[in-house]
Amino acid sequence: MARSFAFSSARPGSGGPGATVSRVYLDYAGFSPVDPRVVAVMRPFLEGGVGNPGAPHSLGLEARASLDGARAKVARLIGGAPSGVIFTASATEASNLAIKGVAQRAPGRHIVASAVEHVSVINTCRDLEKRGFAVTYVPVDAEGRVDPDAVARAVRAETALVSLMAANGEIGTLEPIAAIGKVTRARGVPFHVDAVGAAGRVPLAVDEAHIDLLTLSSNDLYGPPGAGALWMRPEIKLAPLILGGGQEGGYRAGTENLPAIVGMGVAADLARLEGPAEVARLRELRDRLLAGLLERLPEARLTGARGENRLPHHASFVVPGVKADGILLELDLRGVAASSGSACGALTGEPSHVLRAIGCDRDALEGSLCFTLGRWTTASEIDVVVETLPAVVARLHRLAPR
Amino acid sequence: MPLVADRKLDCVGLFCPMPILKTREAMKHLAVGQILETTSDDPASEADMKSWTARTGHELLEIDKNGTVFRFFVRKTR
Repeated sequence: MARSFAFSSARPGSGGPGATVSRVYLDYAGFSPVDPRVVAVMRPFLEGGVGNPGAPHSLGLEARASLDGARAKVARLIGGAPSGVIFTASATEASNLAIKGVAQRAPGRHIVASAVEHVSVINTCRDLEKRGFAVTYVPVDAEGRVDPDAVARAVRAETALVSLMAANGEIGTLEPIAAIGKVTRARGVPFHVDAVGAAGRVPLAVDEAHIDLLTLSSNDLYGPPGAGALWMRPEIKLAPLILGGGQEGGYRAGTENLPAIVGMGVAADLARLEGPAEVARLRELRDRLLAGLLERLPEARLTGARGENRLPHHASFVVPGVKADGILLELDLRGVAASSGSACGALTGEPSHVLRAIGCDRDALEGSLCFTLGRWTTASEIDVVVETLPAVVARLHRLAPR
Repeated sequence: MPLVADRKLDCVGLFCPMPILKTREAMKHLAVGQILETTSDDPASEADMKSWTARTGHELLEIDKNGTVFRFFVRKTR
């Protein structure tokens, strides 16, 4: 699919006509362009003629129908009941709501999570620790995988919730969610899954995996930012975080952000319909990237899982002896946008909690490079990176020889 | 004798990465040899502060824990 968007256009300030530099964008996990088909459906919801879904007039009723349509589309992506979808302003909010909302209503005061969760889960758990909860952070193996038996050993009689991610955005590892779901279901403990990285990229069915609550992000599905969703089973007891006019079944007050929610619904539909073909295409491009880079940079070490246990659009690795920050900066100067995969680590310069958890302490000090491909990634973009990165590494080695 | 800080930083209620980011920022306003007292109630901040001081070379003089609140005394070394 050919498409002109901000990332492939001329760089601002790059000079007059002809002085354009094409951008290579491989940070889809950081931000994904919104699919133009999504934008087209959203437009009338922004430009007028649509009411508040809570209003009694006919425009309100139409808005209500659009809201419920989006709910059905999001639910269909994960095979859950539409009535279980609670729209939020972000996936972070959805995970906060799942964990705090369940913790507040549960009799037990113990939570199980993993050592490699997203900060929206980790920091919510830390907050509960301050309020007297005990949290067990289950360790992971060298590829970042949680052992379902370790989860079984961590669950106690007073465990209120098990919260684990379906896929790690920093190292690309897929977690054995279905096997863990068997454990939580057998023990009668609610199971929350942060499915932000996995949704639309790997099959996810809440019934098959015995998932009780699930977090989704709109933008990770090529929908607009500013929308997310928590799906939950009707029997889950949940306390709201945001109080007000009783929107979203009383679990998330505040007038619904209808344009973004409608956009998220369309994005979820596209992900369900086109996901498998897109994933096959991205897997091929990702493997081309990995093969090309490892051939030219044999010292580079992959982080996370390989093969089928990895997100298909994700490549991450450490280049020993060269700081990831420096590589990213040099790549950016050459028009290639990638990331370290960890916003937290990028801010503080500290090794990320994920790299520490998979036990690569020395590598962690250098930081990991994270390339995430997406709907508009082309083979020529991959080839640019395969050419550029080894040159950047060689330059950095020359500047700071060991 | 209790440590006397030259500057105090309140990070109570904040979470990773904010206590470390704000500590790093506050250190810029200290002279070498002066002491910063950072207060934080993020359970992760003890490990984070130990790791950050080990990496940057600043001296972690003392960690006080009172209930859920940590007080970190860090001497600027460079």
